Amino acid sequence: MAIDRDTARKVAHLARIRVDEAGLDALAAELSGILGFVEELDELDVTGVEPMTSVTPMALKRRADVVTEGENAARILANAPDAREGFFAVPKVVE
Amino acid sequence: MTELAYRDPEPKILHGAKGDWEIVIGMEVHAQVRSNAKLFSGASTGFGAEPNTHVSLIDAAMPGMLPVINEFCVEQAVRTGLGLKAQINLFSQFDRKNYFYPDLPQGYQISQLYHPIVGEGEVLVDMEPGVARRVRIERIHLEQDAGKSIHDMDPENSYVDLNRTGVALMEIVSRPDIRGPEEAAEYVRKLRQILRYLGTCDGNMQEGSLRADVNVSVCQPGAYEKYRESGDFSHLGTRCEIKNMNSMRFIQQAIDYEARRQIAIIEDGGSVDQETRLYDPNKGETRSMRSKEEAHDYRYFPDPDLLPLTFEQAWVDGIAATLPELPDEKKARFVLDFGVTEYDAGVLTADTVNAAFFEEVAQGRDGKQAANWVINELFGRLNKEGMAVSASPVSAAQLGAIIDLIAAGDISGKIAKDLFEIVWAEGGDPRAIVEDRGMKQVTDTGAIEAAVVDVIAANPDKAEQAKAKPSMAGWFVGQVMKATGGKANPQAVNALVREKLGIE
Repeated sequence: MAIDRDTARKVAHLARIRVDEAGLDALAAELSGILGFVEELDELDVTGVEPMTSVTPMALKRRADVVTEGENAARILANAPDAREGFFAVPKVVE
Repeated sequence: MTELAYRDPEPKILHGAKGDWEIVIGMEVHAQVRSNAKLFSGASTGFGAEPNTHVSLIDAAMPGMLPVINEFCVEQAVRTGLGLKAQINLFSQFDRKNYFYPDLPQGYQISQLYHPIVGEGEVLVDMEPGVARRVRIERIHLEQDAGKSIHDMDPENSYVDLNRTGVALMEIVSRPDIRGPEEAAEYVRKLRQILRYLGTCDGNMQEGSLRADVNVSVCQPGAYEKYRESGDFSHLGTRCEIKNMNSMRFIQQAIDYEARRQIAIIEDGGSVDQETRLYDPNKGETRSMRSKEEAHDYRYFPDPDLLPLTFEQAWVDGIAATLPELPDEKKARFVLDFGVTEYDAGVLTADTVNAAFFEEVAQGRDGKQAANWVINELFGRLNKEGMAVSASPVSAAQLGAIIDLIAAGDISGKIAKDLFEIVWAEGGDPRAIVEDRGMKQVTDTGAIEAAVVDVIAANPDKAEQAKAKPSMAGWFVGQVMKATGGKANPQAVNALVREKLGIE
């Protein structure tokens, strides 16, 4: 599967990664290369093979319904570029 | 299990300029799971806390944090599925739904697109006695809630509170089986009632614990039936999704407006664009969300942080064994066991607290009379005072005693209402109050007879008139009741007045 310039631009935008117009062709080529590499797996016939989610037989880890974390707003906000009155402050977003 | 028989309601018909139209509605209800901690973190789900206090490093999406599922949230989703008579999937999986928004720090919502935890079920939506719509449920999946953005605290900035981020939601998806605005509101009401019976969601719409996305399309009469026969959606019109509704009234208004908007477009020769819209309750209209097309490119993929969610049938059976009696069963039982009308049974089973109160009053007594007292006197009074049944100053035992006193002929229905007022205001044992305050009905014929004779003797003119005009007897009955302080047995008074006046 080849990624063209337009697809590369769209993917970059969706991921909110700024890519200059000049860099789009190179990005498209790199993405195509990665997809081509992964596509080699298509050569294998996996009919009837159950998808495997882990190489060791593990079950999903679970927690009990107990409050064990939180109550530290200062710590949560510590890395925020802008925080006011206990909130994260971000540029206005209105739908 | 007992079941009542129902027929389908008629679909709502809208009259366009060029012909009749029907509405087709499907709903996605987001119900917040009732739990202490969040779906994948140990932070509290409590409502109304100071901003960003109920937030763990997982909720804030700090690098390296891994989600660990709260097993009670899983249990609650299974319990909800069982309550909606749905298929429970022993294998389900979590996927990432990717999008950017400031109140979603992960940049994706953990949800279940491909393998939801609950499959097909149903909700019986009561419209009126004997009429109900069976709405098919397509699926229920578990997902994380997003945080809250506040746009009106500052002119330049939006403020973000992550307290709600990561709280468990159940998204309950219906088939497009709802056929009018009233049905849509009733569907939400019924779903809310079932969730509250199950204890899996508190159903508080003001606090946002229950929100609905409403899919609306219109079609010509007959088209919907073709869809149901073939399963082919092309028989239906193009739908629009109205997002994030949290009021039954607004849901109805939005659907009505949206259906008329679509009809006007089609009758004008245009076509409806499939899009997401918002309802503006101030203007009473829906408007298109200005989201760009690509905003809906969610690029779902299985979440690599989470293994599939699997459990044993025996665990599901264990939850099924603890399921409470649900509204439909309880209502049917009240009708069949207590002889109350379907309407009254509906009122009595609206809430488990109401239902338990009635059942205690009705036990061993006349069900209809118990329903009458519980609904008209008690609920009516509580409603007037803005009080909950749980805070009722009159207990079920006290109300039962009042009904027993009427049944035994100790007090009349009228005195019973006075007694109810005394118990409401002062409390106490109704039997003792009746004894102590001399409220007992006079059934001693001798005493009543004496009162009747006195009244007739004091009003010879009226007694003469009554012989020619028997309806005058009512006046005498009233006078005797007044003379006996309302304690005389009304039937006995009536009979004696007629006898003494010589009226047949």
